[in-house]
Amino acid sequence: MMATPATTSTKNGIGQWPSIVAPVVVFAVVALVWHVVVVAFKIPPVILPKPGDVLTAMWTQRSELMRASWVTLQASLLGLLASALIGSAIAVLFSQSVWVRTALYPYVIFLQTVPIVAIAPLLIIWSGTGLRTVVLVSCIISIFPIISNVTSGLLSIDQNHLDLFRMQGASRWKTLFKLRMPSSVPNLVLGLRVSCGLAVIGAIVGELFVASSGAYDGLGMVMNAKQANYKTAELMAAILACTFLGILLFVSVQFLGSFVLRRWTKDAGFETS
Amino acid sequence: MHAIECRDIQVEFYGRQGKQRVLDELSLDVPRGHIVSLLGPSGCGKSTLLRVVAGLAPCQKGTVLIEGESLDRARGKLAFVFQEAALLPWRTVWQNVRLPFEIQSGNLIGDVKASIEHCLQLVGFQPSDWHKKPSQLSGGMKMRASIARALITDPEILLLDEPFAALDDMLRSRLNDLLLRIVADSQRTMLFVTHNISEAVYLSHSIAIMSRGRIAELVPVPFPFPRTAELRSTPLFASFYGQVSEALNRSER
Repeated sequence: MMATPATTSTKNGIGQWPSIVAPVVVFAVVALVWHVVVVAFKIPPVILPKPGDVLTAMWTQRSELMRASWVTLQASLLGLLASALIGSAIAVLFSQSVWVRTALYPYVIFLQTVPIVAIAPLLIIWSGTGLRTVVLVSCIISIFPIISNVTSGLLSIDQNHLDLFRMQGASRWKTLFKLRMPSSVPNLVLGLRVSCGLAVIGAIVGELFVASSGAYDGLGMVMNAKQANYKTAELMAAILACTFLGILLFVSVQFLGSFVLRRWTKDAGFETS
Repeated sequence: MHAIECRDIQVEFYGRQGKQRVLDELSLDVPRGHIVSLLGPSGCGKSTLLRVVAGLAPCQKGTVLIEGESLDRARGKLAFVFQEAALLPWRTVWQNVRLPFEIQSGNLIGDVKASIEHCLQLVGFQPSDWHKKPSQLSGGMKMRASIARALITDPEILLLDEPFAALDDMLRSRLNDLLLRIVADSQRTMLFVTHNISEAVYLSHSIAIMSRGRIAELVPVPFPFPRTAELRSTPLFASFYGQVSEALNRSER
């Protein structure tokens, strides 16, 4: 969902149109094969609906899907924002002391490797069944790339720049605020690019666990309800909505990231030419 | 009293081949207002000596005095120009030059804006380029900005570590003239690391030829100041160039 390559047609040496048309052709062929298989083998719609049925379900359910997508988008954005803020703060802490880094890094790895599905019930007990828990799960899943990228940005500073600051007798804080933090902005953007897809996944995983309670009702709840009622076509429509949501967030962050980086060093990108 | 006094400096590094002596009981005096070049092949310790004088590298033995004071007390009198311009890529030229002021916020003396303008004009920056980012500048312009940044705190001593090594010959000689002008105007002391003989002869009052962590020979340069670009094409310059080159070869034997 998150690794959709941007259309870099001119770089690939193929024209603008084929790079748009080719994926559409693939989509059409897959849909056609899918349709033929369902019809030919008389697969019941509850197991595998026809592609047309999924599109129809998307259209008829559009208001519910739009509403639920909006809820999930908010949770994902809050989750991503929380990871950016908390992750950067942890990275700053890590950059200040090798002892802190050594002592705490294993727990960051733990955060990355712990099966979120296993601790989600615990989070519900602690934090309830509302937006907060969904944002929490989204944040836990998406925070690692921020911590690791920003930490590495804060630590891998050009030796000449460090010497320049030392020559001026710069304090630890001046070096942090005027050198380390600005130097690691590109790393934060890189971390956000990886994390934005994870934030959507996290929000949906959170929603699947948080039972629908009226107050909060995102795509995960919609999927739960459709699955319970064996409305397969509508379930698949909801899955498609999740995918679109992920792509939307990914493309927005890519765009915003490139914009920020271009502004950061003006026009020439981050690599100084 | 000398601007820079180095006494019995000894620096050892621990590398793959065990202990390596980079500076070997080296002593050097730089008189106030003089330009002294450190000339020698790669690995002879010239950059290390400069870093020791700047307080950026520790020495195991020996002392460095700046204007008769210890390094800790005299840090504000020094400025360093790096081999790469080392400008912060997210700051404009103006903001890069202002950086030392921001770091030493305690020492804000006089009109900062006027000082920055003065330094940028001194190194030949047009006002239209003041607010460009380093990525929009040529190599020569970056180095000019770097020199302006070094001058902004009005240091008495400039330490330069092969600042023009990456530039072409024409740009190099133009920036050499710029340095001479700056030093002539302000009576600054300069310790200049280079491996370019012509540059060393043109700029310096004397040339310290380094070899294997020691000063092999201190050669006074006989040409009077102010020097102009025409000096480079005189037979005297060529003949002295030959002498320095010979001394350099001798030191390696």
